Amino acid sequence: MLFDYRDTVPLAGMPPVSAEEMGDFLRRYLAEGWRLLALFGLPESQDHAALAGLCCVLAQDSSHYLAALRTVPLQSFASMTPSAPQAHLFEREIFEQWGIEPVGHPWLKSVRRIPDAAEAHARTLAEGGSLASAPQPASAPFAFFRVEGEEIHEVAVGPVHAGVIEPGHFRFQCHGENVLHLEIALGYQHRGLERMLTRGPLARCLPLLECAAGDTTVGHATAHCVLLERLAGCVVAPRAHRLRRIGLELERLANHTGDLGAIAGDTGFLPTASWNGRIRGDFLNATACLCGNRFGRGLLRFGGTACDLNADECADMLHRIRASGRDVRGAVDVMLHSQSVLERLTGTGYVSRETAQNLGMVGMAARACGLKIDARFHFPLADLPNRDCAPRVETSGDVLARTLVRSNELDDSLRLLEADLDTLAAIPPLADQAPALDAASLPPDTLAVSQVEGWRGEICHVAVTGPDSRFLAYKVIDPSFHNWTGLAMALRGNQISDFPLCNKSFNLSYCGYDL
Amino acid sequence: MLRIIKERLHQQYRTLDYPNRQPALSPRFLGRPELAPVSCGACRACFQACPTGALLPTAGREDGTPTLDMGRCTFCGECRAVCPKGAFTFTGQHRMASFTREGLLVVPGQPHAEQPTPPRCALFRRSLKLRQVSAGGCNACEADSNVLTTLVYDLGRFGIDFVASPRHADGIAVTGPVSENMRLALLDTFNAVPQPRLVVAVGACAISGGLFRDSDQCNKGVTDLLPVDLFIPGCPPNPWTILDGLISLQK
Repeated sequence: MLFDYRDTVPLAGMPPVSAEEMGDFLRRYLAEGWRLLALFGLPESQDHAALAGLCCVLAQDSSHYLAALRTVPLQSFASMTPSAPQAHLFEREIFEQWGIEPVGHPWLKSVRRIPDAAEAHARTLAEGGSLASAPQPASAPFAFFRVEGEEIHEVAVGPVHAGVIEPGHFRFQCHGENVLHLEIALGYQHRGLERMLTRGPLARCLPLLECAAGDTTVGHATAHCVLLERLAGCVVAPRAHRLRRIGLELERLANHTGDLGAIAGDTGFLPTASWNGRIRGDFLNATACLCGNRFGRGLLRFGGTACDLNADECADMLHRIRASGRDVRGAVDVMLHSQSVLERLTGTGYVSRETAQNLGMVGMAARACGLKIDARFHFPLADLPNRDCAPRVETSGDVLARTLVRSNELDDSLRLLEADLDTLAAIPPLADQAPALDAASLPPDTLAVSQVEGWRGEICHVAVTGPDSRFLAYKVIDPSFHNWTGLAMALRGNQISDFPLCNKSFNLSYCGYDL
Repeated sequence: MLRIIKERLHQQYRTLDYPNRQPALSPRFLGRPELAPVSCGACRACFQACPTGALLPTAGREDGTPTLDMGRCTFCGECRAVCPKGAFTFTGQHRMASFTREGLLVVPGQPHAEQPTPPRCALFRRSLKLRQVSAGGCNACEADSNVLTTLVYDLGRFGIDFVASPRHADGIAVTGPVSENMRLALLDTFNAVPQPRLVVAVGACAISGGLFRDSDQCNKGVTDLLPVDLFIPGCPPNPWTILDGLISLQK
């Protein structure tokens, strides 16, 4: 079923097919350059014991078209991963969530169960505690991939890391200093978010999704609101679109600034590291001027935004952003003029274009490998002018490329903010409030998709409503879901001491992946 | 080199002499709430609007303004928006940390009382090293804790640092609702800290489970699992709120 990315699809228009047909469909479309946006288990009803089939959504960037397909309920299917690696993590997730086995999957390991889930279970029972009705570990812990040999050693890091960051486990297979393989095991941040979205009241979904990944609050909130608006057929005022874009671009500026500082820090170039730490805060404080919260909590509402700016506030914000923009440009340019920094970044953490494409990488990390993917241009949320901005592409695929993409995107974001704030200052604020969302206004048995280019990359939300208009499935796909494997690939052939720098250059979300 | 020096001059000196000078926060910032005693009758609008169940009936005044539990509050302002009597005010005050869980309750008509620092904190007056543990946090509390080490706040000048090893730490700063998958790692980290040790709960999730308190994959924060010495409310708390809280341990 092909459809425009802004449209919704009635499930009646998506007759279930067999797993073989979906496999053929997927391979044919991926070969034509489509991307796999989502592949998930779709239950037949909200009944807890309901059988589930598969549902997939693909996107073609050049035509702005999406394609969706679903299968009949399944117990198992032939894994598509060997011929379509983009499906690898989705299939693992389906096995974990629904027990539907992708037969022939080369690495059918849990996605979010931690390696010591069995130990945790045993210890809890031994202490006389009761497990919060968490599902049992699906099977015995799945061993890490091991490289054998007398000179091989293994380095295990985490879940608690040596900094103020989120938990995750990294297992390096090393030959001397050289990393042969890195396996990343996540799941420590798993909060059961998707289950809360489908089981809880609709009004709680927005605050929960604002916390899907705290550093991408505006991105996920936008994706959620756009999804609901597409389902309900609600039209958003151009002014609200601009306010949302201001939130998104401020988020991009703050995070790119922080990441460039972190890359400088791990290179040992301290001036930019310390300046950018401060300038990142200036952009966060600008977001707080918009909605009171530094991360943009409470900025968005169904149908529009909860906040507006009058002419004076626009002028004040513009003044702040120009000053911070000048500061960050100066701080980053100093770093990019330093030969020793460039030397350190060049060739480190290389990911080839082919690998990025095969893994379905998205966003800034994919653009650094030469893939021209940017949802702001391929799947725009509104027809606002783009002010000479374009997907910023580099081809070298290394840490330097990821640094340069970020640096170039800073200028784009600043230009967009100037344009939007100028426009908003010239027209009076919205008089009427955004319409309230009525849960009953969502259509039954319908699939909708939203794609938002967050600062890390394309955030994709997919919702399918049931006969009673409630969510049968709500999938949240953070760009980190695609890109963590890219980081693992970037480490191959590098030294273990390159890991912090590579990690910062991706700066992926743990909770956005774990949900 | 000259380029770096020139840029250094442009970037100026940015550290704020806190607490002698107070930060200028956004006029839209929602800080410590204040509640006016009103008669609510049958109205329960704020109870329904609150995403985390932060409003509780006020003891002895069941028909009056509810008590607001800052330990659960995400400072979204929905209660203020729906209250027909205007009972809720969010001040611009960022100082909200409390040494006790009860100290986070905002009771209508009752003025906020400053709390004395418990004697057991005196040991860490001039040097406090904390190991941060993220346990299901969304990375907002983590980010606003991490930012304290930047030059605007310069946490180190107070003798406070985030350290890598729990063995080097005087306590832990916990963020997140404590996902079931992180519970053991959190307890193991705490047990690796030498005694005497402190526990600081940063953010609504760590204090009460926040938005995730009803999830079957999460615990209700760290409060039920470990003895908490300092509660810093917010979702996430403003960095100045966290800094103010940490400094209060040293008085």
